[in-house]
Amino acid sequence: MFDLQDLYQEIIIDHSKRPRNFGALEGANRHAEGDNPLCGDQIKVHLIVEGDTVREARFEGRGCAISTASASVMTDTIKGKPVAEVKALFEQFHRLVTGEEEPSDDVLEVDRLGAFAGVRDYPMRVKCATLSWHTMNAALEGRDDPISTE
Amino acid sequence: MNMATERKPAPMLDVERIRADFPILGEQIYGKRLVFLDSAASAQKPRQVIDAERMVYEREYANIHRGVYYLSQRATDAFEAARETTRAFLNARETREIVFLRGATEGVNLVAQSWGLDNLKVGDAIVLSTIEHHSNIVPWQLLRDRLGFEIRVAPVDDEGQIDMAAYRDLLDERVKLVAITHCANSIGTITPIREIARLAKEQGAVVLVDGAQAAPHLRIDVQEIGCDFYVFSGHKTYGPSGAGALYGRGELLDAMPPWQGGGEMITRVSFEESRFHEVPHKFEAGTPNIAGTIALGAALDYISGLGHEAILAHEHDLLDYAMARLGEINSLRVIGTAREKAAIVSFTLGDIHPHDVGTILDREGIAVRVGHHCAQPTMDRFDLPATVRASFGIYNTREDVDALYDGLRKTLEIFA
Repeated sequence: MFDLQDLYQEIIIDHSKRPRNFGALEGANRHAEGDNPLCGDQIKVHLIVEGDTVREARFEGRGCAISTASASVMTDTIKGKPVAEVKALFEQFHRLVTGEEEPSDDVLEVDRLGAFAGVRDYPMRVKCATLSWHTMNAALEGRDDPISTE
Repeated sequence: MNMATERKPAPMLDVERIRADFPILGEQIYGKRLVFLDSAASAQKPRQVIDAERMVYEREYANIHRGVYYLSQRATDAFEAARETTRAFLNARETREIVFLRGATEGVNLVAQSWGLDNLKVGDAIVLSTIEHHSNIVPWQLLRDRLGFEIRVAPVDDEGQIDMAAYRDLLDERVKLVAITHCANSIGTITPIREIARLAKEQGAVVLVDGAQAAPHLRIDVQEIGCDFYVFSGHKTYGPSGAGALYGRGELLDAMPPWQGGGEMITRVSFEESRFHEVPHKFEAGTPNIAGTIALGAALDYISGLGHEAILAHEHDLLDYAMARLGEINSLRVIGTAREKAAIVSFTLGDIHPHDVGTILDREGIAVRVGHHCAQPTMDRFDLPATVRASFGIYNTREDVDALYDGLRKTLEIFA
C-alpha cells in the first residue's frame, strides 16, 4: 500500500508552494484553458512554439497541490523540447499516473515526472495531475474551447 | 412543548448503543477506525433500516395498490403505513398530503413542473436565498427559462444567516413563491423559517421549504412553520437512498395537475382521455421504491425513537466541542457561524487546497466532504472555490472530533 508520503513527495510540496513558470507569458502564440469542475481547479497554459519546438511555457490559475505541482513540473519539463517529444511525454505521463506504466523509465525520472506516480493510488486525484497536461496538449493543437476533465 | 415536557431533565443519547446499530462503523479504513464526518452528504444506515428493507424482499414483497392477493395487500399496507409515519414525522394534518418520491430534489422538481408551470408567468417573481443547494436553484432556473418570471435572491450576512431586512425588501405583490432551505447543507445555517414563511404568506406567496438537511437534525412541524410544501430525502435521515417525500398542503395538491403520467396515478385510461387518481396517488406514477420507502418509515421511527431533543442536545455538544478544538488551529477559518446552526462545520485550512486536506484525512480513516457542496453561490458569497466540511450525526463522538483535529495537524505538518 502506498504511504501518503508517496503522494505528497517533497518535489510536489515544493512545486505547489513555489510554482515555477507561473504567470502570463509575453509573446505567447498558443493558449488554452482547463477546468476541473469537481475541485474548482482552473488553469491557463501559455506557450511559445517556434517551428517544431516548444520554446517557452508558463501557466496561471489556482488549484490543489497536485494540480499546481503538476503544471509547474510540466512547464519546466517541456521547455525546449520538440513538439513530438512533448506529445509523447504527455502520453507517457498519462500512463504513469493511471498505473498503466511503471515509474522506472529514465525519461520520467530525469524530468521528475516520476514523482507523480503515487497518484495512481488515488483515482479521485488523477484528474488533478493530468489537467495541466491536457490543457497544454489542447494549446499545442490550437483548440480554443476550454478543456474540462468532466 | 408543554410544561410537563419542559420539566424533564435534558434527554441524553446512548451513543455507544447507537453506534452498535450501525454495522458500517465497524469497518476499518486503511487499517484505521472509520471516522465518518460526511452525514450531511448522506448518512449511514442502522441495522433497523437495513433489516426493514431486507424483510420486505424476504417476506412481503409484491407490487402495491393492484394485486388481489395476500402478499400484495401486505406490501401495500406496509407502504401506506410508511406514509402515516412520514405524516407524523412532519406533523402534517392529513396522510394524503405526503407524496413519496426519490428524494428532496425530485420534490422540488415536482412542485416546479406541476404547481410552477400552472401558476408562474412573465411579471411574477420567486424568492430563493444565497445558501440554497443547487437542487433548489436549478429546477427554478429551468422553469424561468421557459416562463420568463424573475428569480430574486435573499442574501446572507457574514455569519451565513439570511439577512431578514433584505429578504423583507424583496417581498412585494409580484412574488408568488418563496423557496428557501430550513438548514443550509454547505455551512449549517438554520434559517428562521417560521418568520420567513409568515412574511411570505403576508404577501400571499406560496412557501416551499427544502428540508433535506433539517430532517436528520430538527423536529419538523409543517403546520407550525406554515409552509405549503416541504421536501426531504430518506438517505440523509439514516434511511435508504432513492426514497423521500414531499409534503404538500392538501388544497394545493388537489388543484395541481399531475407531474408524471403512467400507471398507478390513473383511474381510467382510454386514447381519448385519462382520469387521474386522488392525491397523493396522482403524483406517484409508476411502481415506486417500495422496499426503500418502507425502510424510510423504519428510519423515521428510529429517529423519533431517539427523540429530537436528545439528538439536538448531542449534536450541539459535538458542534461546540468541534468549534473549540478547531479554534485551536490558527490558520483554520470556519465559514458559517450563524447562532442557529446544525452540527456542520465548513472550513478552510490556511492556503491548503480542500482536496489535499480531504486526501490526507482520508488516509487517517476520516471521511469529510471537500468541494463546493452543490452550493456554488454560497462559495461565491464567501469568495472561495471550495471548503472542507465536517458534518456530524447521531453516531459521532468527541473522539471523532479529536481524530479530525489530529488529522488536520498532520496535514499542516505535511504542508509545513
